[in-house]
Amino acid sequence: MADTPQAALDERVKDISPIRKALIRPELGGIIGTVAVFTFFALLAGSSGMFNAQGIMNWTTVSAQFMIIAVGACLLMIAGEFDLSVGSMIGFAGMMVAIFGVTLGFPMWMAILITFAICLACGWLNGYIVVKTGLPSFIVTLATLFILRGFTIFIPQTVERKTIIGGIREAAEGDWLAPLFGAKILGGLFQWFGDIGLIAVFERGNRAGQPVVDGVPMLIVWAIVLIVFGHLLLTRTKFGNWIFAAGGDAQAARYVGVPVNQVKILMFMFTAFCATVFAVCQVMEFGSAGADRGLLKEFEAIIAVVIGGALLTGGYGSVIGAALGALIFGVVQQGLFFANVESSLFRVFLGVILLLAVILNTYIRRIITGER
Amino acid sequence: MDPIVRMTNIAKHFGSVIALNGVSVDVFPGECHCLLGDNGAGKSTFIKTMSGVHKPTSGEILFEGTPMSFANPRDAIAAGIATVYQDLAMIPLMSVSRNFFMGNEPVKTIAGMRFFDHDYANRVTMDEMRAMGINLRGPDQAVGTLSGGERQTVAIARAVHFGAKVLILDEPTSALGVRQTSNVLATIDKVRKKGIAVVFITHNVRHAMAVGDRFTVLNRGQTLGTALKGDITPEELQDMMAGGQELATLEGSLGGTV
Ligand SMILES: Nc1ncnc2c1ncn2[C@@H]1O[C@H](COP(=O)(O)OP(=O)(O)OP(=O)(O)O)[C@@H](O)[C@H]1O
Ligand SMILES: [Mg+2]
Repeated sequence: MADTPQAALDERVKDISPIRKALIRPELGGIIGTVAVFTFFALLAGSSGMFNAQGIMNWTTVSAQFMIIAVGACLLMIAGEFDLSVGSMIGFAGMMVAIFGVTLGFPMWMAILITFAICLACGWLNGYIVVKTGLPSFIVTLATLFILRGFTIFIPQTVERKTIIGGIREAAEGDWLAPLFGAKILGGLFQWFGDIGLIAVFERGNRAGQPVVDGVPMLIVWAIVLIVFGHLLLTRTKFGNWIFAAGGDAQAARYVGVPVNQVKILMFMFTAFCATVFAVCQVMEFGSAGADRGLLKEFEAIIAVVIGGALLTGGYGSVIGAALGALIFGVVQQGLFFANVESSLFRVFLGVILLLAVILNTYIRRIITGER
Repeated sequence: MDPIVRMTNIAKHFGSVIALNGVSVDVFPGECHCLLGDNGAGKSTFIKTMSGVHKPTSGEILFEGTPMSFANPRDAIAAGIATVYQDLAMIPLMSVSRNFFMGNEPVKTIAGMRFFDHDYANRVTMDEMRAMGINLRGPDQAVGTLSGGERQTVAIARAVHFGAKVLILDEPTSALGVRQTSNVLATIDKVRKKGIAVVFITHNVRHAMAVGDRFTVLNRGQTLGTALKGDITPEELQDMMAGGQELATLEGSLGGTV
């Protein structure tokens, strides 16, 4: 053991080429999967319209939906917990917007803010119960899954005698907050794209001359903002280090003074926030809230996160990876539709991709972390 | 020289269990104080009263001459008492530099927002590890790729870097191989030479003899005696640890320090 400069030349420290070093990262599996999936559909459905303006907007929107809930699920999973109530929370949040904004006639901005407050409180409660009882979050949020779904069906049936409440778009007319979730941006740019012939325009009808894609939905903007925020938070801040630490070994983290319980509770609230963003965007787009919305979304979020390289038991993962997982999910789902493949085969595809991704990710992770 | 930590008549009861029944120990700067004793003797409980995990049922703790009562480990860390547990020290999935600064992350402000200062963290980690004689592939190397002894060294280096005046090591060598053990013992020696007080818990008399300046044997929650290096042979220490049956014959050779 020499303290001299020669010590830097330890014969046991093998040089690793910069290329290999740049490649071996948590999101490598997601990157490979994304390339593979795009190559596959370029060959299979290249001529089907999947890659024209409308087609791109189609699978981008679907992927963005997955991305929004995947970011929340990703940070929570890295912090060592699960939230199975995401899907129910989506249905519940949408229903709250409809109940407050349509049935009770509140201004839409108020309905949206109340919904966020209620859902964040649900997220807080999930987290509080998990850290106080020490029960697995799997069980606690499974209970929340049933409770929220039950209310989502019970409340509209009791007050409106139906399980779908419409009229949200009308109620949101002229509201200042609703466009943050329901509007489209960059309309002028797309009009110009249409004018110069970059994207197709409608030939006839009352929208003749307008581009087939008339703007970017706020849903996509939210997805990008949440991904950037989540990625910076996780990799570039003190709090991000605490998220890794809380999921890696809660006891070791507590011992050096990391407020593990607060970190976990905040991540449950962030997951609830993402679910609510998803729900509000969705009801603004559909103009209605349904009691069955968001079904199985919790699993889709978890699948995207796992495809993206996160470890199910916590302490390891990447927001960029989760976003790529969501992109793969969206592209496969819509791509099979464009390619005219029998839709039941989607599940076969999903299962195969999930399995391959997890095997690849496990292999990569072992290289990085030295797990044995 | 005044002790940096003086623990007098410390008792700790867990309900009906009397884990400690009047233990007194002085810890001096620049010295390695070995705590020995059989399983269940109360060694871990004793150091936990020092590191703020347990509040003693009775007894007095003087830290740098003033009475101290730590509410939690964070207070003790802030005062300069760092504890390294063998199994809870590190998070294997995280990089060495993230582990090193866990709970003490350096921040820099960019555009009004506070970010983790990775450059600083990486630089300090590499320097501190090199000073301890460990060559990392890079600061982003995961702790899981280090050996047990190297992890122990990272934990010790971390405690020293954050200004520990007292370093408590609870059985750091029990799971280590010969080479790793000698690395940890060498590290204890380096730390002691910096003027830091070390409390070293072990079951192994040879490890204790190798680095210890002062030896205290605990048995069933009580002090069997404290001896200075040179006043006691390994055989005598061994006998004492075995339960103190030979205590009567030892008292003479301990030079009245019992
Ligand atoms: N939290 C607790 N609650 C109840 N009893 C405890 C607790 N912690 C320790 N004890 C008891 O106190 C006694 C001393 O335990 P301690 O862990 O201090 O022993 P030790 O000397 O560190 O032993 P070892 O060498 O095996 O680590 C034991 O009988 C143990 O059962
Ligand atoms: Mg012990």
